[in-house]
Amino acid sequence: MSTDGVDKQRRRFLIGLTSGVGAVGVAFAATPFVLSMLPSARARAAGAPVEVDISKLEPGQLLTVEWRGKPVWVLRRTPAMLATLPKLAGDLADPNSENAQQPPYVKGVERAIQPEYFVAIGLCTHLGCSPEQKLEAGKASGLGDDWPGGFFCPCHGSKFDLAGRVWKNVPAPTNLVIPPHAYLSDTQIIIGKDPEGGQKTAQAGHRPTGVQTDGGNA
Amino acid sequence: MEKLLEWVDARFPLTKVWKEHLAEYYAPKNFNFWYYFGSLAMLVLVIQIVTGIFLTMHYKPDVNLAFASVEYIMRDVPWGWLIRYMHSTGASAFFIVVYLHMFRALLYGSHRGPRELVWILGAVIFVALMAEAFMGYLLPWGNMSYWGAQVIINLFDAIPFVGPALSEWIRGDFVVSDATLNRFFAFHVIAVPLVLVMLVFLHIVALHKVGSNNPDGIEIKAHKGPDGKPLDGIPFHPYYTVKDIVGVVVFLMLYAAVIFWAPEMGGWFLEHDNFVPANILQTPPEIVPLWYFTPFYSILRACTSDYMIYLAIFLAVIASLTAVRLRGLLAKGAVLGGTALVIVGLFTLEAKLWGVVAMGASIVILFFLPWLDQSPVKSIRYKGPIYKTALAVFAVAFVVLGYVGTKPPEGLYKALAQIGTILYFAFFAFMPWYTRIDRTKPVPERVT
Repeated sequence: MSTDGVDKQRRRFLIGLTSGVGAVGVAFAATPFVLSMLPSARARAAGAPVEVDISKLEPGQLLTVEWRGKPVWVLRRTPAMLATLPKLAGDLADPNSENAQQPPYVKGVERAIQPEYFVAIGLCTHLGCSPEQKLEAGKASGLGDDWPGGFFCPCHGSKFDLAGRVWKNVPAPTNLVIPPHAYLSDTQIIIGKDPEGGQKTAQAGHRPTGVQTDGGNA
Repeated sequence: MEKLLEWVDARFPLTKVWKEHLAEYYAPKNFNFWYYFGSLAMLVLVIQIVTGIFLTMHYKPDVNLAFASVEYIMRDVPWGWLIRYMHSTGASAFFIVVYLHMFRALLYGSHRGPRELVWILGAVIFVALMAEAFMGYLLPWGNMSYWGAQVIINLFDAIPFVGPALSEWIRGDFVVSDATLNRFFAFHVIAVPLVLVMLVFLHIVALHKVGSNNPDGIEIKAHKGPDGKPLDGIPFHPYYTVKDIVGVVVFLMLYAAVIFWAPEMGGWFLEHDNFVPANILQTPPEIVPLWYFTPFYSILRACTSDYMIYLAIFLAVIASLTAVRLRGLLAKGAVLGGTALVIVGLFTLEAKLWGVVAMGASIVILFFLPWLDQSPVKSIRYKGPIYKTALAVFAVAFVVLGYVGTKPPEGLYKALAQIGTILYFAFFAFMPWYTRIDRTKPVPERVT
């Protein structure tokens, strides 16, 4: 075959055009495979609210339940525990929960509907380990004499107080996430559901680590 | 027989490949101990693939069955315990061999031109190997498997905007779950091994194109005899095949000793917390990745908000040095401006993001090594005192980072991780300067 009289510009154009069309085809063909890795319909539908009986919870005790594959803590705080909360502002990164990791009906330094009962998702907002309970104040916790009681994440050393508020200078960026929850009676809490007639769950400011905040009204 | 070979050679370059890559592939005659680890890495790859195939015959990638199926392999499958311990010990052996193989490059300048692509392909293999090990570690569905995967996948959450969606896409769920286990199984047993084998093939193709480096860092192709063969080269086969068999025998002795006498290696090769099934309500009291990830894990943990000031100073020094060297106002401005932006980010964005960035950067920086090293000589034998000191400090920092990565991030351990992180990056970042001013020795013409 003679190569005389080949229009190089035309040839380059045609090569470019066919390659471009081919690339678009590859992109289309790849799409279903990439999308198949998203959470499936079954995964999205899972996650019914969980009812918790708190009648047997003693002051100072913590109960862990599973909701949406995550640990949720219910801590009954003693008056002494609650008394520490207002004093810690200087040690905390976000004492007033301005970067909201909680539904709007959860207020105050206690970060609870009823101050006595603290409900939170027990996953560190750094990388999603479940922090250890270091509820007792002082040396017994192993975190030094001036430890006021709270939670300590063994993975990367983040510290939280007894209202799940994060300390300064630790890797976790935000306070612990408080899931939507409501009181069905004095001894019964439902997790994953907002209070009847209460405000709707706001989307938390930042989507916290490893935690699904959408569909909070389920 | 000769007829058969002729028949094949007319249809497939069998004799040609044999000659080019073994019988007439000339390698420098002065290879030493450090040159065992390339062939050993290939051996371990084969061991992992073969043992992996047989484990797959009994393993079940299902959250309700996975842990029990591993116990079934250990107790009921004939010789299952041996195959599994070969695989689990093989994982650690792979990293030991690969780390030594990479250190060899730092010693003798094997990453230097014309072998940049050999090094880069090797670095890609290293990344693929880490992905392979990480995903394999989820499969037993022990408690450390579960929480380790939880932590590492959540790293992606720190990426602004796309992070949370990306980590959901990786998990296939909102938490690590059956979907995650299933896809990690698919990646671990087929996708990543295929990629690894192809990359190893390319790594060797690139190596054989340019020829092996040697402990003197001299190009043997520069001195060829009248027959066109390098004067300081010897055919790979039989000289180095036989030498490597010696290495293989010693390696297999050590490998077998671990398999039979200490398969858990005191918790270093198989962590105690992984003998408990995954418990989504309870993180193990001390969560640590396996030893081969701990140096990078330490870098991740070092980045807390009180550390940012040191990172900022470090970046400012590097940027100023770079700006002084660069010609052209635009380039100087771009470097200083970009660095200033990053420094602002250090103090405004979450420390968590910077931990992830630093960990990523500690791997990415490897890819630039061939160009960071500006020394006129390749081998440590002729490099000056500054490089020798820097390499020693780097090696110590790497080991210390690895050690503190297994300890709680408090007090002295945290401080050591933070100092180690700076030293790790300083080794690479200052390399263009210290390798230039170093007092090197004259390189001989021929290998010694």
